[in-house]
Amino acid sequence: MNRRTLLATSAAILAFGAPAMAQDDPTKVGFVYVGPVGDGGWTYEHDQARQAVEEEFGDAVETVYVESVPEGPDAERVMTEMALNGADLIFTTSFGYMDPTMNVAAKFPDVKFEHATGYKTAENVSAYNARFYEGRAVQGHIAGHLTESNVIGYIGSFPIPEVVQGINAAYLHAKEVNPDVEFKIVWAYTWFDPAQEAEAANVLIEQGADVILQHTDSTAPQAAAEAAGNVYTFGQASDMAEYAPMPRVSSIIDNWAPYYIERVGAVMDGTWETSNVWHGIDEGMVGIGEITEAVPAEVKASAEDLRDRIADGSYHPFTGPINRQDGSEWLADGETADDETLLGMNFYVEGIEGDIPE
Amino acid sequence: MDLSSINPILLLASLMVAATPILLAAIGELVAERAGVLNLGVEGMMITGAVVGFIVAVNTGSPWLGFAGAAVGGAALSLVFGVLTQYLLSNQVATGLALTLFGLGLSALLGQGYIGVKAPSFPDLDVPLLSDIPVIGPIVFRHDPMVYLGLFIVLGVWLFLNRSRAGLILRAVGENHDAAHALGYSVRRTRMLAIAFGGACAGLGGAYLSLVRVPQWTEGMTAGAGWIALAIVVFASWRPGRLVLGAYLFGGVTVLQLNLQAAGVAIPVEYLSMTPYLATIAVLVIMSAGRSPGSLGKIFHAAR
Repeated sequence: MNRRTLLATSAAILAFGAPAMAQDDPTKVGFVYVGPVGDGGWTYEHDQARQAVEEEFGDAVETVYVESVPEGPDAERVMTEMALNGADLIFTTSFGYMDPTMNVAAKFPDVKFEHATGYKTAENVSAYNARFYEGRAVQGHIAGHLTESNVIGYIGSFPIPEVVQGINAAYLHAKEVNPDVEFKIVWAYTWFDPAQEAEAANVLIEQGADVILQHTDSTAPQAAAEAAGNVYTFGQASDMAEYAPMPRVSSIIDNWAPYYIERVGAVMDGTWETSNVWHGIDEGMVGIGEITEAVPAEVKASAEDLRDRIADGSYHPFTGPINRQDGSEWLADGETADDETLLGMNFYVEGIEGDIPE
Repeated sequence: MDLSSINPILLLASLMVAATPILLAAIGELVAERAGVLNLGVEGMMITGAVVGFIVAVNTGSPWLGFAGAAVGGAALSLVFGVLTQYLLSNQVATGLALTLFGLGLSALLGQGYIGVKAPSFPDLDVPLLSDIPVIGPIVFRHDPMVYLGLFIVLGVWLFLNRSRAGLILRAVGENHDAAHALGYSVRRTRMLAIAFGGACAGLGGAYLSLVRVPQWTEGMTAGAGWIALAIVVFASWRPGRLVLGAYLFGGVTVLQLNLQAAGVAIPVEYLSMTPYLATIAVLVIMSAGRSPGSLGKIFHAAR
């Protein structure tokens, strides 16, 4: 008996054997986190949603989580262990867990998996993601109005489509209200490293940026901006309200709780099916944090109008005419981007300088 | 590409700041290793210092007391390592790794009520007159006091190791503990003191992150700085002077690669990020491994 069949057999025993012994066992739900639950950003919000699941179902559900799991072979080990320990549903909450999730899911056909921000699915693997670019459009709109140096700094994490969408959406909407705006983009190559993020924010401020957008998870750039003085920032993943009203003037808030509750419920009543959802401001998965009084009233009003138009579907943040960075046409006048192109987005729009690292 | 947007003065000034936490942690580890103790728990002691320093600073309102608390916290944790390896004769590599894991967990536990809390501010020290010198002034004389304290500690360690009798004993213990024991020196006591000094310095380095550089508490915030400190000690071939060079090289590359990116230079950052490690390996090859303290990492027992 090789290792794979051993794992499959033990999974089968757990899946079929355990329920037969005790019918009213709680549904066991596992969560794999990329950062610590106390990061104040991305992982913090996933953990809030986990707690919401516990509150909703009480004793009928049992949740376990493992934090700060590196994206790689270690993730596979953690997931395998969760599955062997009888998890019925496992949420893997970072892009880099995609292939590990697919591998482990193939070994445990009776365990359901939910992978965040990826694009691969299988019989027992669903993908879910939030349309963060909708929030980025609102941020870009505010940033374009606020900047006086016309330099906006952007701290990228990894050069993956989700981050590139955000940069493009923010740039297009900053450019719309301020034609002279320029983006300086720094890749931190990490989701969470406060010292590195603070350093990146300082470098951008030193090079003239007076608005900083971040796609990394800690509040360190907020603190750096506060120390520098006249610099504006936006909360990322979580509200980061402790830095309001300045430097944090608004935020993108991830709200995973409704989706997690729905999916756990589906596993309980046996209606879970594989799916691939991409929810935005409309469904409430992307929230726009309160716009503070540091933003002029008319800018606040136009930003909220933009938010509402995106929410009711009357406006798409990627509406043509939009050219690619090299000048070739991407979207014709009035055309909107399709999800497939967005999910694989690997190019900057016209006007952004620099290359996306390979 | 627009290199003119990089201000070399600000670049060099931020280099000194970026290098300070790893410099502090590395100088402590250097003393421990010169006494023959390989403590791989630097990361754990740093993060413990970061959280203890933060807690003390927030509750007392004084960053200075915070740094003192961080030094005590780091030293206390290192003494756990000291008792295990020097008195109970456990393996230093395994115990050091365990200390890192323990420190990461302990700090997360201690820091639970302090997430999102702001630290008291720690003002820069404008050295009078000197800070007005053009070019040199802003680079060298406009930092917070810890940057200078770090350099003073390095100078002090150099004087101690090379110009004092106690330093000679410490080096003797590190080079050949049996000979030092035969001469009547207390190997254990020397090593316990060196370990505690290493822990205190690592604690200061961690607190520099949580009180000055970031400045706030987040779990896992050292993010590998302790391992870089260990690499720098090897890079410096266990000499305090070269340690400063190594720390500035590592710190400089971090700052430089971010600056180049923001200026739009298209060099793959991976190359820059790996240069300090490549330099460490190159130094190791050139120097050959024979220069490390003779009893480094070996277990000492008087009856053997």
